[in-house]
Amino acid sequence: YAWDANEEYLFKAMVAFAMRRYSSRSSTQISNVLLCNVTDRVSFWFVVTDSSKNVTTVPGSEVEAAIRMNRNRINSAFLLSDKTLQFLKITSTLSPPVEPSTPVWLIVFGVVLCLIVAGIVFLIVSGIQKHKKKNKESTEGENLEEKVEVTLENGIPCEALDLKTGHVNGVFAADDERFTSL
Amino acid sequence: LSATPETPREDGRPEWDNKLQYILSCIGFAVGLGNVWRFPYLCQIHGGGAFLIPYFIALLFEGIPLLHLELALGQCLRKGSIGAWNTISPYLGGVGIGSWMVSVLVSLYYNTVLTWVMWYFINSFQEPLPWSVCPLNENRTGFNEECYESTSVNYFWYRKTLNITPDIAESGTLQWWLILCLATCWAIVYLCTIRGIETTGKAIYVTATFPYLVLTIFLIQGLTLPGATEGLIYLFTPNLNTLKNPRVWLDAATQIFFSLSLAFGGLIAFASYNPTKNDCEKDAVTVAIVNSMTSLYASIPVFSVLGFKATTAYWDCLDRNIINIINEFDLPEESIMRQNYTSWISFLNSSYPEKIAGLKLKSCDLQEFLDQSVSGTGLAFIVFTQAIILMPGSQAWAILFFIMLFSLGLSSMFGNIEGVFTPLLELQIIPKSAPKELLSGIICLISFLIALCFTLGSGSYWIDIFDRYAGSVPLLVIAFFEVIGVMYIYKIKRFSKDVEWMTGRKLNLYWQITWRFISPMLLLIVFMAFVTLQMQKPPSYTAWNPKYEGFPMKEEKVYPPWVQAICVLLAALPCVCVPLAALFHLAKQKHRSKDSSFVPTEVFSCQGANS
Repeated sequence: YAWDANEEYLFKAMVAFAMRRYSSRSSTQISNVLLCNVTDRVSFWFVVTDSSKNVTTVPGSEVEAAIRMNRNRINSAFLLSDKTLQFLKITSTLSPPVEPSTPVWLIVFGVVLCLIVAGIVFLIVSGIQKHKKKNKESTEGENLEEKVEVTLENGIPCEALDLKTGHVNGVFAADDERFTSL
Repeated sequence: LSATPETPREDGRPEWDNKLQYILSCIGFAVGLGNVWRFPYLCQIHGGGAFLIPYFIALLFEGIPLLHLELALGQCLRKGSIGAWNTISPYLGGVGIGSWMVSVLVSLYYNTVLTWVMWYFINSFQEPLPWSVCPLNENRTGFNEECYESTSVNYFWYRKTLNITPDIAESGTLQWWLILCLATCWAIVYLCTIRGIETTGKAIYVTATFPYLVLTIFLIQGLTLPGATEGLIYLFTPNLNTLKNPRVWLDAATQIFFSLSLAFGGLIAFASYNPTKNDCEKDAVTVAIVNSMTSLYASIPVFSVLGFKATTAYWDCLDRNIINIINEFDLPEESIMRQNYTSWISFLNSSYPEKIAGLKLKSCDLQEFLDQSVSGTGLAFIVFTQAIILMPGSQAWAILFFIMLFSLGLSSMFGNIEGVFTPLLELQIIPKSAPKELLSGIICLISFLIALCFTLGSGSYWIDIFDRYAGSVPLLVIAFFEVIGVMYIYKIKRFSKDVEWMTGRKLNLYWQITWRFISPMLLLIVFMAFVTLQMQKPPSYTAWNPKYEGFPMKEEKVYPPWVQAICVLLAALPCVCVPLAALFHLAKQKHRSKDSSFVPTEVFSCQGANS
């Protein structure tokens, strides 16, 4: 927005408002605030006069304190911030950064750690289970190994013969009777 | 007579689920943090695109041959580093022990770097990012002094993360937040390496491929940032004059060597789980080329972001000057913009020179900002974090960036731990009935306890020492003995027959020439140049000292004598293993030859091991 007489009027009103709030001088009027040396940069000097004591200016420290107290109201009236609306010689008290009660990083850390510990426990338990199963199988397997060797000794693995689906040859089956019993 | 079908794995050795796991593990081991934060830096300071010439020459004559040698060795002998070298020749057992020791030392400090990455990662969930604002001082009138004088990013790194001491002799206290993160990192490493390659093989699918995804995202984002093109032009503009400086060639050779993670024993361990009839030649070329391409690919987003950061800093500098001038001359707002800044300055300088001089304007030069080159942890934790603050959606970028760094480092850690784990498993430190999980647990626990020293206030100085001394010179020595040992003790004829049996085709002349002459010579030259360069001046370090006059510049200090002794010890211990083991074996042989029986050692060969 452009800086014109209306904005200047608003500024005078804000300074008067600040003076009234700070030192509760209800008699401060807009006419008590004087601006001088207004430049295109939009920078100027201003003084606050005291109407009760004729033609004297309110001490600068008092004005400074008043403005410091109401800084954020003045800033928001002009839609500006501490950086864009500068009062020379008035440093702003910085607001502390928002700190949550538990630091955020601890929460994230807790989540990550829980996941990892769960993973480790799962792997260890599954490893123990596999170990137990292997132990059980190896004791059973020792009994089977001899049988496996026997079936292979003839040179032909028995699995190849596929005993279950073999055909019974009727010609020879009947020949059992040919052998005389001893 | 037995007609049992031939079982491929009679020795009960674990094996990779498929070839892809093996390749990804090797690539993950080779591609590490150095590809992201060392290669772009070297490119930048050594004349941009011109650096690629010595880099590719070193790759061709040093990187690929040594890589092929290690993979073929592991695949043929099917043992970890200690067992493999003992098999080649008992006199060379020291080479295996040396590389095992280096793997141990590097694992210790490498995981601490990952601890820092994890700390930054879990802090990235905060809004606003904690390294973007300075904390206030006690009476809330201004910012914390240390933070104000340097930057908020520096403050977060040096104070909030490291809590660094001004001198290496002052150890400071253990930082509890770093201990928590260190425990987490070692727990993650334990989780992934709990059963050796069974578990790392599954984890590597994620940790090796995820960084490429993030790099691509950063590439797209980086190229859209303002100032990215300046950064890229600056990076890749070749300056062929730099090639005259021998330092450039040395840096290229060392970069290739350390980037491929040679001589750690991890590659031998990975290859030992392969079936013997595997084409190791193709694997070696693939891994080496992927590693170099990744370095190049990673430097593009890194430099786009650095260019963006330099441009933003340049604009900030200009804006500050413009504000000062406008305030001084009471000119209307937006009369001076960045574009007409130079014309305004010349005009004002001619009309009001004293006023301009009184303002003490900083000279803003884009080249100067681009020239501020950083490598290593400074690049990731200071420069990049600063650039991330400036990007929109900075939390997401920070989280992505640190997860990427973490998985890059984690996949390299797998290789390091494998280099420690496999030889110990073969040496049967723990009884055979005890589960593998116990051994990996013991390794991780002991490493965690030792690495606690790195969480002290002076921890980062110690990590620099380990990086510079334990992770550099011993590797060159071990690699030299590797090549000489295989070529001249095991004999090239036997080895080429082994490789022919494994790959199924005759050994190319290129391998013969590089293995026998070029690589050992190169290694010797690099080693001598490296050592001479280190000896030229007393080893020094830069310390972060808030009380220093030149603060925020870092203070240059010399290592005290006891620290220098430790440096020499770290560098010498793995190297000294090689002759010591040979002497030990010689003494054992002499003692044994005094007895009557003398069994001739059997000749070992690849095919013989498996028939």
